[in-house]
Amino acid sequence: MSAQASDALRFEHVDVMYRVGAHERRALSDLNVVIRTGRTYGLVGESGCGKSTAALAAVRYLARNGRVSAGRILVQGRDLMALSPLELRQVRRHSVSMVYQDPARALNPSLRIGRQMAEVFEVSEGLKGSAVQERVAAMLTRVQIANPRRVMGNYPHELSGGMQQRIVIAMALSKHPALLILDEPTTGLDATVEAEVLDLIARLRDEFNTSILFISHSLSVINRMCDHVGVLYAGELVEEGSNAEIFGDPRHPYTVALLRCLPRFGRRKTQGPLETIPGFLPAIGSSTRGCVFVERCGNATDHCRAQAPPAIDLGGRLTRCFYPERAPDLPHTAEDAIVRTTPAATAPQGPGAPLLRAHNLSKTYRLGGRALRALHEVSLELWAGETLGLVGESGSGKSSLASLLVGLSAPDAGGEVDLDGERVQPLAGERTQAQRKALQMVFQNPGSALNRSQTVRTLIQRSLRLLALPQPQREQRLRQLAAAVRLPEQHLRDKPKRLSGGQQQRVSIARAFAGAPRIVVCDEPTSALDVSVQSAILNLLLELQAGQQVSYLFISHDLNVVNFLADRIAVLYLGRLMEIGPTEAIFTGPQHPYTEALLSANPGAHAHDERIRLQGDLPGALDLPGGCVFHTRCPRKIGRICEEREPALLADGDGHAMRCHIPPAELARLQSGRDS
Amino acid sequence: MRAALRSRPLLAGAAILLFWIACALFGSRMTPLDPYADDLLATLAAPSSAHWFGTDQLGRDVFSRVIVGARDILIVAPLATALGTLLGTALGLAVGYFRGALDTIVSRVIEALQALPLVIVALMGLAAIGTSNFTVVLVIGFVFTPLIARTVRSATLSEVDLDYVAAARVRGDSAFAIMFVEILPNVLPVAIVEMTVRLGYAIFFVATLSFIGFGIQPPSADWGIAIAENYSLIGSYWWTVLFDAGATASLIIAVNLVADGLQHLAEQ
Repeated sequence: MSAQASDALRFEHVDVMYRVGAHERRALSDLNVVIRTGRTYGLVGESGCGKSTAALAAVRYLARNGRVSAGRILVQGRDLMALSPLELRQVRRHSVSMVYQDPARALNPSLRIGRQMAEVFEVSEGLKGSAVQERVAAMLTRVQIANPRRVMGNYPHELSGGMQQRIVIAMALSKHPALLILDEPTTGLDATVEAEVLDLIARLRDEFNTSILFISHSLSVINRMCDHVGVLYAGELVEEGSNAEIFGDPRHPYTVALLRCLPRFGRRKTQGPLETIPGFLPAIGSSTRGCVFVERCGNATDHCRAQAPPAIDLGGRLTRCFYPERAPDLPHTAEDAIVRTTPAATAPQGPGAPLLRAHNLSKTYRLGGRALRALHEVSLELWAGETLGLVGESGSGKSSLASLLVGLSAPDAGGEVDLDGERVQPLAGERTQAQRKALQMVFQNPGSALNRSQTVRTLIQRSLRLLALPQPQREQRLRQLAAAVRLPEQHLRDKPKRLSGGQQQRVSIARAFAGAPRIVVCDEPTSALDVSVQSAILNLLLELQAGQQVSYLFISHDLNVVNFLADRIAVLYLGRLMEIGPTEAIFTGPQHPYTEALLSANPGAHAHDERIRLQGDLPGALDLPGGCVFHTRCPRKIGRICEEREPALLADGDGHAMRCHIPPAELARLQSGRDS
Repeated sequence: MRAALRSRPLLAGAAILLFWIACALFGSRMTPLDPYADDLLATLAAPSSAHWFGTDQLGRDVFSRVIVGARDILIVAPLATALGTLLGTALGLAVGYFRGALDTIVSRVIEALQALPLVIVALMGLAAIGTSNFTVVLVIGFVFTPLIARTVRSATLSEVDLDYVAAARVRGDSAFAIMFVEILPNVLPVAIVEMTVRLGYAIFFVATLSFIGFGIQPPSADWGIAIAENYSLIGSYWWTVLFDAGATASLIIAVNLVADGLQHLAEQ
């Protein structure tokens, strides 16, 4: 019993049901999790597998139609289900804290930071007056906020996302909780900010000796943060073990498949397509006799179909599979695809003319009389059949550039876009039909990009009109497109709501390809999708490119994805093009100091202590720093010149250009010094 | 559909509404007596087995006149509402889609109009173009247009920023096609709910206009007119007013119940 009381959180055979209409659907079944004091337990899985349900059940805060139908949940040895409402409040007040994905929604927009943080101390410790202010300031200092007194006077909207999340974490830790639940705490943040927040969480965990339940869909984040890892699939814990065991030697086919889906650091498209997990997550509450993963498992046997495997103990680690020893040899899915997909011809950036030439594009928005420069004098070229990756943090101007190119907004005077050497009009409506056909776009969020009142057939047909085909051929082309994006034909009748996220994105891609485009701008097309779906979509994009010689402008914040897909990479920071060049050159260096920081924030790139940490927040676009825009955060700043003069974008002979006062040779020397 | 059958207010409202629609359609054949025949020997007779709701100053049967009175109001009010919804939806879509200066101007005009009592605005209109069922439809339709436009505008504003509108622009769809083919189906539920709400107001509006002599014109049997003709007698001859007033109220309540029910359904 004493061992139990010392555990921060125990789930014992927990089932959670949701009532939907007249039916009860099981969201979690027989979940067993133990988090020992001071440990960090990671729960990982794709969307819809029950991660957040587990988090909510741990504070008895399920939605009104949900209930724990079996098992016990113990926080520090106290059975949550047996507590009276008053006792439950005591537990929530003193023992458990939660941090959610979106800090902007966790903070009250109409209270100053100081006021809402003070509440924690007033309620949990009964403090009053200036003592509270002292404690709030001290707490803000501990989460590395440089000027706590000023921040206490701010409203949440005046702070960046990273700052907001640090404040939410500060509030969560203020009461020294025994258990801290982090539900996707860094999912909405930029890579460099994410790295910083994860560092902070790791440091505070040691300082406060808090136990953490860390929930994330991101395998790399879980890998970096957690001692123990549980893998959820369709409401079942399919595998559990130490970090090293799960990531180094997975013993459940789902874990193996999931890890293979990730574009690993340094993996290129020339090495063949990514692996995928065929099939779909079973619908919540659907009852199967056998193993939950059987439909998608390459190792499945009749035994797996007939009987659900129990949790098998492999000496301190668990797996729900009859054949844990076969898991590492799970058949590869991508092999047949390799035959189908010839890797795209490598950067045909020859002497010929570029397909698309953007010259001097700037975009200034007016905001209450002040000028907001979203994009400043960006010039770049795109050759036929190549993929140009566009990276940068939010606010860097990536999406502004995309909307200028496809004609959703007009650039400031002086900006020009040429297609095939011909000037195109700024707005899509003013361009010729041929030009519109040539330039299409795939959006980030298919839920927003697909009209919810139209069927898939209508959605694609409306773009097919660009081709001006006679009716029978149009129907044929529609079927070809559906087949090309692997969308089963029966879905043509459905509205987007009936499709999964991956299928929706396939429709969105089919629509972009309907008019036989020559350039497709892809704006974070996989960032709203799960890992296994992402790999399938990336493979699809590669395949379409190989078949149709289309060029991509591929916007992403995920450097591994860009590295995998892109022939060349362009790096934007605060609306400036900082660096552009072939992918190998960008990744091997010498790199612009900003690119260097982005790369090192990328999990998997470096060991922890070698990571470069950018100081401070992204400056607001309304008050841009003078000189080099990066000088306020640059770890390699050389002096006054960086603050006073903006460096020019200088190219070496091989199409690799960067905007830095430090000569490339010197950068190469500095950077090799760090790596060795 | 099943949810609609489970909502009791919606069912009750629909039942009352159907009753009055039946009266409007078949009223002339349902009445026990001729609603237009005067009987000067039986003026202002109290309710009895011969005249269930009594008779008015000219000895006409009040029950028959209440039944037949549903006709004109149930033609004029729905037509006016439909006109207002049509114009208002088009205006709201255009303003929400184009935003900018058009939005600013139209929104200020709408606010200015709303500062005036609608009945006064309608009266000025009717005074200018004359009164008939047709002009009443026109005037109420125009008066309702800005109200409906405002609701449709705000629904449109939240659609315009969605990427499907951007996708349509990238492939070069015209503004007209984007508004009416892409956006309209998504704001239609809002417009329909707004229309049922407005229908209740329209009935009240028509009755009010008839009461002050600018709506439906005699000799048509109409509840508003009947109330206007007889309200000075209400102390002694309550039946000449109360049944018409009750009919008006029940119709408005029925429409509001249906509107509420539809709104709940739309929110689900």
